[in-house]
Amino acid sequence: MRRFVGFVQKELYHIFRDPRTLLILFGMPLVQILLFGYAVTNEIREVRIAVLDQSKDLVTQRITERVLSSEFFALEQTLSDEAGIEPAFRSNRIKAVLHYEAEFAEKLRRDGSASIQILLDATDPNTAQSVLSYLTGLIQQDLAEQRIASVPLSIRIEPRMRYNPELKGVFLFVPGLITIILMLVSAMMTSISITREKELGTMEVLLVSPMRPFQIILAKVTPYVLLSLINASGILLIGRNVFGVPIQGSLLLLMAECVLFIIATLSLGILISTVAQTQQVALMLSLMGLMLPTILLSGFMFPIDNMPIPLQVISNIIPARWFIVIVKGIMLKGVGLEAVWKETLVLAGFAAVFISLSIRRFKVRLQ
Amino acid sequence: MRTILIIVAKEFRQLFRNRMMLPIILVMPFVQLVVLAYAADFEIKRLRLWVTDLDQSGLSQRLAAKLEASPNFVVTGAGYSLAAADQAIEADQADLAVSIPAGFERTLIREEEASVQLIANAIDGVRGSLGASYASQIIADFNREVREAYGSSLGLAGLSSPAGTYQLTWSYWYNPKMDYKTFMVPGILALLVTMVGAFLSSMNIVREREIGTIEQINVTPIRKYQFVIGKLLPFWILAIFELCFGLVIGLLLYKIPFLGNFGVLLGFAALYLLLIMGMGLLISTLSENQQQAMFLSWFFMVIFIFLSGMFTAVENMPEWAQAITRLNPLRYFIEAVRMIILKGSGFGDLTQHMWILALYAAVINGLAILRYRKTV
Repeated sequence: MRRFVGFVQKELYHIFRDPRTLLILFGMPLVQILLFGYAVTNEIREVRIAVLDQSKDLVTQRITERVLSSEFFALEQTLSDEAGIEPAFRSNRIKAVLHYEAEFAEKLRRDGSASIQILLDATDPNTAQSVLSYLTGLIQQDLAEQRIASVPLSIRIEPRMRYNPELKGVFLFVPGLITIILMLVSAMMTSISITREKELGTMEVLLVSPMRPFQIILAKVTPYVLLSLINASGILLIGRNVFGVPIQGSLLLLMAECVLFIIATLSLGILISTVAQTQQVALMLSLMGLMLPTILLSGFMFPIDNMPIPLQVISNIIPARWFIVIVKGIMLKGVGLEAVWKETLVLAGFAAVFISLSIRRFKVRLQ
Repeated sequence: MRTILIIVAKEFRQLFRNRMMLPIILVMPFVQLVVLAYAADFEIKRLRLWVTDLDQSGLSQRLAAKLEASPNFVVTGAGYSLAAADQAIEADQADLAVSIPAGFERTLIREEEASVQLIANAIDGVRGSLGASYASQIIADFNREVREAYGSSLGLAGLSSPAGTYQLTWSYWYNPKMDYKTFMVPGILALLVTMVGAFLSSMNIVREREIGTIEQINVTPIRKYQFVIGKLLPFWILAIFELCFGLVIGLLLYKIPFLGNFGVLLGFAALYLLLIMGMGLLISTLSENQQQAMFLSWFFMVIFIFLSGMFTAVENMPEWAQAITRLNPLRYFIEAVRMIILKGSGFGDLTQHMWILALYAAVINGLAILRYRKTV
């Protein structure tokens, strides 16, 4: 036991000695949660628009006023004719143009209808869609207020935004972020640290010590398990206290699932280190083979439903995909094991396969 | 000049001798363009809808049919209790559940007001709210039809639109089909150029230091500037090649419209590469081995990518984050590439971007050369 502690201590010295490693270990999670919590968002705000008002009467001014007084839009430019639209779009100054036809109020009074045209810069389709839906919403609101308070035969819509009533983007990212960080620390860091011993030749020194190979590996990964858990709890804490992301379900269950996922990714890391001979290769393998597929195909950033079928099939063999479903379920929906047992089983299966594979490969290397 | 050419020749020879290198150079753009462009699809389509019709009347069935007919929705299930709808959302079988209460038709006609319940899974806030707004629009549409059909028979015709209506029309410029790939491909091209320019060049110089060959170069009469130029020029050429290669793939595979001038794009990329390679050089002076260089470039790449507007618009970010993006070279480049390719912007529209990048490049390269020592 004392030997084991000594080994763990040695490993911790290695980690805390290099500031660049610390930057990746602790700086990266912090930067990412801040970025995802505050900066990476699809919710529009202060979109710059231009107004082309060929009527300039009370009604159009009232509508413009209403649009601009919302927090979503800011006036960048007032256009005087249609020729000005194209250059404004091309120089990227505006995202949308609000175009009222001439004699707007007059037509509205006389014919009962007048037209507004909304031109959108759709190079970013999602922003364009959000901008359109907010703009039409504001304009319809204006119309509704002009009408008599109660319109007969009306269907009232009662919307309920479940799990995330304030529609915060960070709700989506916290579960994904925990996954990425666990993956980063337990798979990538472990694989690099083991290959490093191999590359520098110190692995042989360790192997001739009285410790059994199994104990050596165990001692090597223990610090990373601890660091992973610290990082995961840190993200949960920041998520809850800074961004108000709740933990609806059982914390114990969540932690147990984290440990299961850590075991799976650690064995992946060990597996990589048995394949790779140099740190460079280990790093490339973890980056290209683990991190990239995880970020792209796990449903962390991009909805799996939107992907073409081949990519959806591939996403099934990514452990993170299942873990993210579990974390979302427990954290945000507050479900128990009975709702996520299938995913848990898949994860446990992955862990079993990776462990047995890496044990087999490890023995081969020793002979 | 000859010295520089000799170093460039040496670099190219080393580059192509490495058997891992050539596949990476050729496969990377392909994989990024194919996988990323297909995977990175934020487009909100095919929302899964769960319909609960507790009324089973003519009107409620018409409403359900109208929702089903919308291209934005795929009906994944229908149930006959509110609990089942709740369950469907919880089990992630549906993104949105619309519930029509019992007695919907009767209350609507008799009491002239009825309600429809809408439950959205809002863990992904944008998806949730857009889904709800699509459904609301359809229900409002349906409401108008009902009012027209029944309003006159109930003698309410005059009441339906006392203030007149606004006719709203809209058009999507530059991307009428709202194709998300049109948005992503130019961003991926910019990312590709950055990866080659910053990652590979910084690792390359550090490698000489790690292996020790830099000392051999240091004792030759090669001057500092000759070495730096000779080292960076091959990657500059490589990155431009990657850009063209990626552009061809993008144009052929995704039929992305190319409205701009190719010369403008090349000129801009050339300028941007000066800056990004200066950054690579700077990172290489801050690292002792390749692993450290990689950690450092990776750390900054993550920040650069997420604060670049590649996935989510810069305008959506809070003030402080927007202030950081002003220091982010990738942001200017992605913006410029999108403007040139998709909108056909020329140098005139991009003068501001150009001045910023040029100034930035001068500062970073100055710093890097100051820090770079020929002595060990």
